Amino acid sequence: MDDVMIKINKATYEYKSLIDDSIQQAVKNVDIEVKKGEFLVILGHNGSGKSTLAKLMNGLLLPARGDIDVMGMNTRDDEQIWNIREKTGMVFQNPDNQIVATIVEEDVAFGPENLGVPQEEIRKRVDEALELVEMTDYKTHAPHLLSGGQKQRVAIAGILAMRPDCIIFDEPTSMLDPSGRIEVMNTIKKLNKDDEKTIVLITHYMDEAVEGDRVLVMEDGEIVMEGTPREVFSQVEKVKSYGLDVPQVTELAYELRKAGLDIREDILSIEELVELL
Amino acid sequence: MLKDITIGQYFPGDSIIHRLDPRIKLIIVFLFIGSLFFINNFIPYAFILAFILLIIKISGVPLSFIVKGLKPLVFIILITFSINIFLTAGEVILTIGPLTVTKEGLYFAFFMGIRLVFLITGTSLLTLTTSPIALTDGIEDLLKPFKKIGLPSHELAMMMTIALRFIPTLLEETDKIMKAQMARGADFESGNLLRRAKNLVPLLVPLFINAFRRAEELATAMEARCYRGGDDRTSLNELRMDRKDIVILFGSLVFFGLIISSRFVMDGI
Amino acid sequence: MIMKISDLKYIYNPNTPFEKKALDNINVEIDRGEFIGLIGHTGSGKSTLVQHLNRLMKPTSGTILIDGIDINEKETDLKSIRQKVGLVFQYPEHQLFEETIYKDIAFGPKNLDLSEEEIEERVRDSMELVGLDYDTLKDRSPFELSGGQKRRVAIAGVVAMKPDILILDEPTAGLDPRGRDEILGEIQDLYKKNDITIILVSHSMEDIARLVDRILVMHKGKISMDDTTVEVFKRVDELKNMGLGVPQITEFMRAFHKKGNKVKETVLTVEEGRDEILKYLRSKSDA
Repeated sequence: MDDVMIKINKATYEYKSLIDDSIQQAVKNVDIEVKKGEFLVILGHNGSGKSTLAKLMNGLLLPARGDIDVMGMNTRDDEQIWNIREKTGMVFQNPDNQIVATIVEEDVAFGPENLGVPQEEIRKRVDEALELVEMTDYKTHAPHLLSGGQKQRVAIAGILAMRPDCIIFDEPTSMLDPSGRIEVMNTIKKLNKDDEKTIVLITHYMDEAVEGDRVLVMEDGEIVMEGTPREVFSQVEKVKSYGLDVPQVTELAYELRKAGLDIREDILSIEELVELL
Repeated sequence: MLKDITIGQYFPGDSIIHRLDPRIKLIIVFLFIGSLFFINNFIPYAFILAFILLIIKISGVPLSFIVKGLKPLVFIILITFSINIFLTAGEVILTIGPLTVTKEGLYFAFFMGIRLVFLITGTSLLTLTTSPIALTDGIEDLLKPFKKIGLPSHELAMMMTIALRFIPTLLEETDKIMKAQMARGADFESGNLLRRAKNLVPLLVPLFINAFRRAEELATAMEARCYRGGDDRTSLNELRMDRKDIVILFGSLVFFGLIISSRFVMDGI
Repeated sequence: MIMKISDLKYIYNPNTPFEKKALDNINVEIDRGEFIGLIGHTGSGKSTLVQHLNRLMKPTSGTILIDGIDINEKETDLKSIRQKVGLVFQYPEHQLFEETIYKDIAFGPKNLDLSEEEIEERVRDSMELVGLDYDTLKDRSPFELSGGQKRRVAIAGVVAMKPDILILDEPTAGLDPRGRDEILGEIQDLYKKNDITIILVSHSMEDIARLVDRILVMHKGKISMDDTTVEVFKRVDELKNMGLGVPQITEFMRAFHKKGNKVKETVLTVEEGRDEILKYLRSKSDA
């Protein structure tokens, strides 16, 4: 059990439809174990239930049935909820709507302030967190003047200052431009590799999913595919049927194979395919 | 239009005025406003003027910046001025149609006009030299004693921070929605008042909807960052008074004490 | 020629220390019926440029002629410019405001003072063009729809003005692959079925490669490239220096070509790449 960060046990989440008051299930009987230190990607199109699943993981939403345990703490337990959120930080899609303060370092301090961390310790954590996301030079800037990628890195620093073991990223790049996406993805990879943070990345971009250790594909509230990026993306037809993309080279390899060429299916990078042909 | 308003704006700097404890600054501004209402003679005004000019000088805020800040309020100042000049009874010195100007009215109008200008300049000097964050921290701290009688000092400060954080975002959004509707042929500039008000609907509805969406997302993000009200919260910048703050506080107490007591030793106008 | 931009300049905060050249001597000519991609790094001036094209912004100097008419002349009717040049902003669903989808799409045509019948016809046509069913959806609230559907309503709101030139700023931002493909498909349909000129602003080189014939690249307020899609995507290194890229398939073929394989150096789509490689491999085995 010691190597499990988050355990989702037969969790179902229900909500009332706005249109006809019927009960809908956004997450259906899902079983997942997120291992410590793992980089897990949850891939799915909009409305597949992936964001709901993310919010179940730190108790922002509670399941109708089933349980979610974070490091052995149940998200239903009111006594533990703040410990759970301290241990599993969450970064959201819109960088603007998660920054609270008017100065970068004040915002990074928001989490630890809420946790009642002593002042000198907050200062230390804020400086460290800004260093990690390479935003130290901007610590006295106003957030609204930063680029999208910079804002998102400030938001990540705000989570890091709580010293979580796991960070859940809920579509952190979908509102960013290409350079912002690269900045944020590099930060995420670094946090996983160098700082051994457990990462759960919710996304619909396949090029981000390729970076993970393990990929889960969600469709209509259920986990429909699971495996390493290579295992998942080699099933081109299936991935596409869930409204998702595969890397263009993977698709090319698949097309060539279909045309009778004898090549491997599980190609993920340009170099691999160039070598192969 | 919106960018001309300097009230509430912060003019970054590193002067002794900027570095002064925000609580002290708030107390001084309260003293300043209070004492203005005690003044009944032009002589203490001269001292107040000297005081304001001194602060402007030390703070390094350009005088032109402060004058620009007064511009949007010229209208209010003029109205106050004319009400006083025409509606004060006394020795008539000029008659224009049904309106009479009295000697007392003239004095009084100038007197009130100056008071208003001082009032505005004094308070804008506070916001010009104090970052919004420091100001909020100061207000929260000063209001803390009133928590016992139910005043939500932390919540008020939090609301102020969030408002300040989102004002630029919402202004940008206003601009964007306005342009998007103009691209669809919307007209925000012509027509009578009623028509113009009606034309604002395509701007205001999306603005409110987006603001609510933002509020909801922000609330979720704050919850995820363990926000649960003001109890047991610590702060990155604990306010600490040093010797300089105390000295300035006492100096101001004496200065404004003298200004206030002038009322009781000088003749009124 | 439908549009001619000459020596266009725009300077933010002129004569102050914050002076910034946002547009620097832009010269572009666009013919009727072209499908153009406008790409550039954030802050390169793309948004500033497109906002000049329907007079939401006025240039510091230079002229923009549309159908030979100078849009910044005092006599030029503002409404007719806004009708001729339709602009769909980024995240256009954030501008929806009416109670029903019908009313929201009708907002633009109404501002053009069209007759009720004409408005109804246009709402119907534009809903169909973006793949929204008129009869079932027209009386629904736009706020009940999904993100992708809302965006379609917003795009229909501009299409209903029957612009000669349609500018779309990042129409697929934030959409998932399926939503993106649907919207791009509808844009392509719209282009094919109507006599319309389209300018597509996008960060996605895959989208650009799939749709447009000609690319304008903006960099630091200037047009730094203006050529056919294939020619622009040949200049991979220059694009990368500007913080831009090329589609993965284009990059792959380039790498494959570099290794001494005699294939076309620049392809734009996976299908094109597949055919090219198959052709090449066959010729090699024949030889």
